[in-house]
Amino acid sequence: MSAIVEAKHLVFHYQETAEDGTLQKQETPVLKDISLSVEKGSFVAVLGHNGSGKSTFAKHINAILLPDEGKLYVDGMDTADEENLFAIRQKAGMVFQNPDNQIVATIVEEDVAFAPENLGVAPDEIRRRVDDALHAVKMYAYRKHAPTQLSGGQKQRVAIAGVIAMQPDCIILDEPTAMLDPQGRQEVMETIRRLNREQGITIILITHYMEEAAQADRIVVMDGGKVLLDDVPKRVFSQVETLKSVGLDVPQVTELAHLLRQEGIPIAEDIIHTDECIAALAALLDTAQPESR
Amino acid sequence: MKSLSILETEELTYTYSAGTPFEKTAVDHVNLKIENNCMVGIIGHTGSGKSTLMQHFNGLLRPTSGKVLLHGEDIWADKKKLRDVRFRVGLVFQYPEYQLFEETVYRDIAFGPKNMGLNDAEIKERVQETAELIGLDKKLLERSPFALSGGQKRRAAIAGVMAMRPEILILDEPCAGLDPKGRNYLLRQICDYQKKTQSTVMLVSHSMEDVAEYTEKLLVMNQAKLFCYDDTPAVFRRTEELSGMGLRIPQIAGVMHTLRQRGYDLPEDIYTVAQARDALLGLLRKGGAASC
Repeated sequence: MSAIVEAKHLVFHYQETAEDGTLQKQETPVLKDISLSVEKGSFVAVLGHNGSGKSTFAKHINAILLPDEGKLYVDGMDTADEENLFAIRQKAGMVFQNPDNQIVATIVEEDVAFAPENLGVAPDEIRRRVDDALHAVKMYAYRKHAPTQLSGGQKQRVAIAGVIAMQPDCIILDEPTAMLDPQGRQEVMETIRRLNREQGITIILITHYMEEAAQADRIVVMDGGKVLLDDVPKRVFSQVETLKSVGLDVPQVTELAHLLRQEGIPIAEDIIHTDECIAALAALLDTAQPESR
Repeated sequence: MKSLSILETEELTYTYSAGTPFEKTAVDHVNLKIENNCMVGIIGHTGSGKSTLMQHFNGLLRPTSGKVLLHGEDIWADKKKLRDVRFRVGLVFQYPEYQLFEETVYRDIAFGPKNMGLNDAEIKERVQETAELIGLDKKLLERSPFALSGGQKRRAAIAGVMAMRPEILILDEPCAGLDPKGRNYLLRQICDYQKKTQSTVMLVSHSMEDVAEYTEKLLVMNQAKLFCYDDTPAVFRRTEELSGMGLRIPQIAGVMHTLRQRGYDLPEDIYTVAQARDALLGLLRKGGAASC
């Protein structure tokens, strides 16, 4: 499989205003030598505490930020080359935390049509893309609604539809569920998973929710502008102490298994889903107390 | 025990845009008695009415019908007293750091106490005490609030309301956007504040894990109505009803609930990881010893 996103020794500093009023680069880089490759069609979650550099990295993927050193390629295109800008932003769409900041139109379907209109897509084609995109996020029934009448989860799905209408290969979502209630969170996560499985769209999901990250194929943990861990969820979450030391958490079921293991109970250390936990505990309880059932 | 309740509502109802096609009743005949010295969680799906309800507690919204009583007194009985009510019931909105405005953190935290008419010495004591309670380093007090990190800004903004020492402190999603470590740290500080001041703290949250860990009582709103107000364990016992409202119980409570349903002899009311560990260890060790 080929890489849709490839970072090579990426270094980035934010700017600050010096005492004489000129802009200068901050001394400490936010990204320190990041090398990472994301395969087409995969679902990658990025974890890290506030300030670990994950959002900064995400903004490099669709060329909102450009590297100070190193390179970032989207489908083989260098983000530093201005000629690639439009093509890159079409390939890699971005969804932000606050849905209210990214909806521009007063009618749902017009909002979804915004990007293809700007890309100069033919009207028939726009109609088709908008309808398809709204179906994909299950918001077609709301196509004539005003976005203000929608719930947070629904708005975020409209924002995702707006990105899908550009027919991107990759969607980067920066904490898309942070402002949503549990139901809205679930709606957005289901949408993301479906787009990944059914349409083969590459997903890069930045999140603070460990249970969301557990649904990905792969987790990248960032700390201090570097990649700390990069592996399948089971192996990442089995490193409970490492994750806690960088301000992160593990799913509750993983934590429980970890605590039980510390007490000498023989339970697998790579439990990350509810069902696995129930099965493992049931097996243990059956062995310990066959009569208790 | 009337003396124990600090805040009450009687048939509280609020209708948005009454008389227009957009008319919507957001709070529908809610009757409540909130105790003094208590950590309360407020949960409910988006649009369930929890924010609207909350804004009645300090008189930001005026009930369409019904009453809000603070220490048995209708807060709308005398409009002149409303200002006083807002000092006694403090409200911290979502993303409160957007409301920081002063030149220094000290002055920002001092803003509320100053408006209450406290003298300089009292203000100083309040600011320093509150900064310590919320875990803000003294060195930061003379800095610009805009030079702080995200987590520090959030704490500074919350301290500004805490410094008024309200009898009731209401926080709307205080942890939104914080990472797990920041979230746990802030919640622990809020709990410490509650214990030290012996006041009532109400926490609006979407995280069932957080309310399970940190609250004694839960207020559940559903479709503009009060679904229940009860001890946290008693609320979590109603698993199916909560799921029906789009409120998922904590992951660990779900696991324990399923195991119990399958006939394993686990106690009810397990909804934190530590409780689950202790209960399971008890069973597994007892079993282990018996089989030796």
